[in-house]
Amino acid sequence: MNVIEVTGLRKSYASLEAVRGIDLSITKGEIFSLLGPNGAGKTTTVEILEGFRTRDSGEVKVLDFDPATQGHASREWRNRIGIVLQSTSDAGDLTVYETISHFAGYYSNPRKADEVIQAVGLEEKSKELIRSLSGGQRRRLDVALGIVGNPELLFLDEPTTGFDPEARRAFWSLINNLRNDGTTILLTTHYLDEAEALADRVAVINHGQIIEVSTPEQLGGRSSSMATVTWRENGELKSMETQNPTALVSSMSPQFAGEIPELSITRPSLEDIYLKMIGHANE
Amino acid sequence: MNKIPSALNLGLRRGALEIRQFTRQRESVVFTLLFPLILLAIFGSVFKDTIAPGVTFSQYFVAGMVASGLVNSGFQQLAITIPMERDYGSLKRLRGTPMPVASYFIGKALLVFVSMILQVVLLLAGGYFFFGLNMPTDVSKWFTFTWLIILGTASSTVLGIAFSSIPKSGRGASAVVSPVVIVLQFFSGVFFIFTQLPSWMQQVAAIFPLKWLTQGMRSVFLPNTFATHEVAKSWETGRTFIILLAWLIAGVLIAARTFKWDRN
Repeated sequence: MNVIEVTGLRKSYASLEAVRGIDLSITKGEIFSLLGPNGAGKTTTVEILEGFRTRDSGEVKVLDFDPATQGHASREWRNRIGIVLQSTSDAGDLTVYETISHFAGYYSNPRKADEVIQAVGLEEKSKELIRSLSGGQRRRLDVALGIVGNPELLFLDEPTTGFDPEARRAFWSLINNLRNDGTTILLTTHYLDEAEALADRVAVINHGQIIEVSTPEQLGGRSSSMATVTWRENGELKSMETQNPTALVSSMSPQFAGEIPELSITRPSLEDIYLKMIGHANE
Repeated sequence: MNKIPSALNLGLRRGALEIRQFTRQRESVVFTLLFPLILLAIFGSVFKDTIAPGVTFSQYFVAGMVASGLVNSGFQQLAITIPMERDYGSLKRLRGTPMPVASYFIGKALLVFVSMILQVVLLLAGGYFFFGLNMPTDVSKWFTFTWLIILGTASSTVLGIAFSSIPKSGRGASAVVSPVVIVLQFFSGVFFIFTQLPSWMQQVAAIFPLKWLTQGMRSVFLPNTFATHEVAKSWETGRTFIILLAWLIAGVLIAARTFKWDRN
């Protein structure tokens, strides 16, 4: 059974059609990343899945539940999901531990507060007031509050904005651990390298429609696209696009005594492919 | 699988958390608790007359300040802080958890109740020790006092939550809410003797709960003989109860229908 199942989702605001017929299936245990420029319909789609917004038409099932449902059933459903939103900007008059253990009390089978604090690497800040945390530490607290209920499905919205590179790596391994525990994750991010490092599958969304769903490696025909071979010859940087980089390099190697200077072989990054897709879609 | 905690259980936990947060905001604690006492000191020093045999202006004013305390710690406090919580994203975060809205309301009511009790105790103690305030000795007066406090806190809380949907932003909330409260205080006979106000003001005030809370508190803190100085020549206790109850019910219905978790 799919954790998220969406067919024909539509949503308009006044004159703007934000979501124009989206289909989406996300299976249990995968990390699925939604990519798209601002205003593409990403946030609207995710907020409908989270039960924060209503839809105009289409079928939506999240953990076999319609998020638009109100009442006690919705509490039972929220007990099984976790949502990491943008950071809050409150005065932060509670400690990290107080906040996390309080939120743990909302759920039927929460993780232990200490365990969660350790998982997000805030042990040393546990007894500090939230107002003393840095931006990156606040973000880790947000994640802690999203996972403290032991969710089957986790929504992650721009989780690493404001992280330094080291903190991002640490965060990625935290997310991988959650996946290994069987948590399904829907990730929205502006960082293509993040999607590449974490996602099993990505969907590119633009103008309220999904352009393609694929693995990060295969998106936009990436795996079969041309490779670029670059090297230095006679003091000049040269490059060539080819389907057969291995053959090209071996044919060149006799001309050079030993190493080919500054040799590199690259394929388009996920970002290159993504920008191309968005560019096409904009035409 | 354990069951998810009940709304009441979570409401009590929310209350404990709200109170803890409140006590850590030192400036606002000091201001909220001491402000009525400061006002009493000012008014008590300026108006030294007796307004009826055995009734000083301070005595009259204390009744109004206790009633105002209910409006300040409930209505005013919530109608200003909830829009701020909404702007901060704190409410949306709560909305994403299994905590029901009823628990949030219960938590707020507990916070209001505790801060209001502290405020009233300080005011009465200050009035008693520094301004010769007479405490009621009659048990029935303390009974009236108790139900006025409970009903007043409850309606002030739900009306504050209901009103919190009106300010567009947290920053503007205070500018929208404070004038409403101050005008109500003038109209309801907190700062002036109610019967000396123009009758149209009295009639406007009679629509709103503060006038009834103030009058109710006068029935507690002033001698029974003073009832003949009221507009209706009586304390109108039964009527006060019914009007406050009606506002409470209206407040619950409006708050539950209009409560907004985020700005959009």
